[in-house]
Amino acid sequence: MYRYSLGGRRWQFATLAELMAKATPARSGDRLAGVIAHTAEERVVAQMALADLPLKTFLNEALIPYDQDEITRLILDDHDSEAFEPVSHLTVGDFRNWLLSDLATPEMLASVRAGITPEMAAAVSKIMRNQDLILVAAKCRVQTAFRSTIGLPGRMSTRLQPNHPTDDITGIAASILDGLLYGSGDAVIGINPATDNVAQSVRLLQLMDEVIRKYEIPTQSCVLTHVTNTLEAIEQKAPVDLVFQSIGGTEATNRSFGFDLATLAEARDAALSLNRGAVGRNVMYFETGQGSSLSADAHHGVDQQTCEARAYAVARKFEPLLVNTVVGFIGPEYLFDGKEITRAGLEDHFCGKLLGLPMGCDICYTNHAEADQNDMDNLLTLLGVAGCNFIMGIPGSDDIMLNYQTTSFHDALYVRRVLDKRPAPEFEQWLTRMQIFRDGEGKVPADGLPEAFRESLARLPEGHGND
Amino acid sequence: MTERKLAVTENPWRRLSAWTDARIGLGRAGISLPTQEMLAFQLAHAQARDAVHLPLDTDRLMADLKELTGSRKTLLRHDPVHLQSQACDRITYLQRPDLGRRLSQPSCEALDRLGHTGDSPVDLALVIADGLSSYGVQENAVGFLEALLTDLETDDQPWELAPLVVVSQGRVAIGDDVGHRLNARCVVVLIGERPGLSSPDSLGLYLTWQPGPGLTDASRNCISNIRPAGLSCGEASRRLMYLLRAARRKKVSGVPLKDRSEEAVIDQGIGNFLLR
Repeated sequence: MYRYSLGGRRWQFATLAELMAKATPARSGDRLAGVIAHTAEERVVAQMALADLPLKTFLNEALIPYDQDEITRLILDDHDSEAFEPVSHLTVGDFRNWLLSDLATPEMLASVRAGITPEMAAAVSKIMRNQDLILVAAKCRVQTAFRSTIGLPGRMSTRLQPNHPTDDITGIAASILDGLLYGSGDAVIGINPATDNVAQSVRLLQLMDEVIRKYEIPTQSCVLTHVTNTLEAIEQKAPVDLVFQSIGGTEATNRSFGFDLATLAEARDAALSLNRGAVGRNVMYFETGQGSSLSADAHHGVDQQTCEARAYAVARKFEPLLVNTVVGFIGPEYLFDGKEITRAGLEDHFCGKLLGLPMGCDICYTNHAEADQNDMDNLLTLLGVAGCNFIMGIPGSDDIMLNYQTTSFHDALYVRRVLDKRPAPEFEQWLTRMQIFRDGEGKVPADGLPEAFRESLARLPEGHGND
Repeated sequence: MTERKLAVTENPWRRLSAWTDARIGLGRAGISLPTQEMLAFQLAHAQARDAVHLPLDTDRLMADLKELTGSRKTLLRHDPVHLQSQACDRITYLQRPDLGRRLSQPSCEALDRLGHTGDSPVDLALVIADGLSSYGVQENAVGFLEALLTDLETDDQPWELAPLVVVSQGRVAIGDDVGHRLNARCVVVLIGERPGLSSPDSLGLYLTWQPGPGLTDASRNCISNIRPAGLSCGEASRRLMYLLRAARRKKVSGVPLKDRSEEAVIDQGIGNFLLR
């Protein structure tokens, strides 16, 4: 039982999970789950009570029982008490002060990472304002590599996402070309296949591998299919760079996705054995998003933002190249409008970075959410300031396969220009070498069609005029 | 006269848009979207927003299904049934997915009155739910069912079907409840998918073996994007038949049941032109 007295009134929170949930800034998913604070005042009182809680509490009291959940076991068994030592005496409220203070240098933040649990990160985020989430995340540096290096200071990368509703090869190739010529794709060229099928995945992997090899692009490819499909593709000798999986923060969520931690370990070993990286060996690509545990009825009464942070424990175990919070995809049942999506995007980016993950964000919304392009412009700019490792890039913001809107190739160039960001260094050199960009910093595209692509386009059949 | 520099840079690869609906080769004003493209996007978003809130014309759909049932008497022996989820309207539906997964009390009673519970199970129940695009259902459900019923009739093994069921304000998982109450070995839910800017009319299929309470998405197989400009009704039916036969043979669905139907890889276009 957690108690708090305020002006003669006594408040009670029956469990740590209830305290955490009620301290969470309002969002529709917690309302749906019935765990939200009943009043605005109760929320702030819960935040005050949470601020007084020692960080150590989270090592002694599991939100989801140790014997029922392999992610709880992962979090507690892998906790590094030596790394935790510099902050072990702090309450959640003191931890916020420490994170914001000049004591928490980028080096210090990196050294305490392994001592911070997802629940600690979630707890402190609940008592942080948006600017706090941005400021601390900007101090957390996480760098990963495969054929390009992602997460260097002053850099922002993009996933080129050339999805097509029927996986049509010409359509996919056209979107890849459009993206490359707008300087997109240094984080990964990643396709969501229209049908989850091993044969289709292999075909798409081959397509991307051939393009990457022909044009010597310093990037990696990924087909975002189920981990067991990728394992089969590897067995069939397909050119797999990265293993993809959507992950959640409870064992039951992941079981509903059809995998467990052992599956991920097996897949990572298989991808590492292919030895396809050039400058690094981070071979996993994970996607997450608040609300997935509730959606799978696997949240154990824990609020959706804490469940999300727990998913980062899963990601952290497998040293991913990329972790992408797909923040607005799940819909208004979980994040109702632009305000809730913005808050969630900043929380996820902060918690992931604090825990040492190469966080990117799919800054997105669906057509049934109360959000629009202006909301996305705002979140994109905020995450750019916060030092987000990568964002999505798609032609004209319109994913014609997944039926939602995410950031466009143009959007990425906007944020690079206003915030003076550059692409991954290997990719930036390639853009210059290929005469795709003319300024050497990935900010000014060339006017005409670069030499290397002229022949491919000159050979297109006639009679298919522009619309 | 001095030549004025143009503010908008056109993209010479724009003619590739003949092979895809993706918004490629839009050109740029500086590095930003040109005005015409920006407004075209705003219009598409406005139309998609409107489509989410457009109600399914259930009278028309039920009439179409009744006619379909009449023409397939060997497979469909009962009239179609119209049910309602616990989400009473669209606003509730959007905010409460749990209610969209459960049948209303009168609908439960109506199904139980059909008297299938207790009998020997039927092979397949087909459930049509409006989902997030009534337009997707309105435009594609009947055409798809015509293709599927033909494939079922001509299959090597006989298929005994429950009556066709339509659910208003329904989510995918409502098929579990409907299939269970109809005592069906397998349920396929046809549902309107979340509308995209370029595709407000997409229908999705979800197959579940042994539908019942407590199942998750890991128990389902999905075929997506059925619409004139996407997956054709015939091809969707062919893929579903593959999954149906495999599910019946292995008595399972979802992750363990992979779609191994050799895709007739019919690319509409000219292949990977980037490799030429």
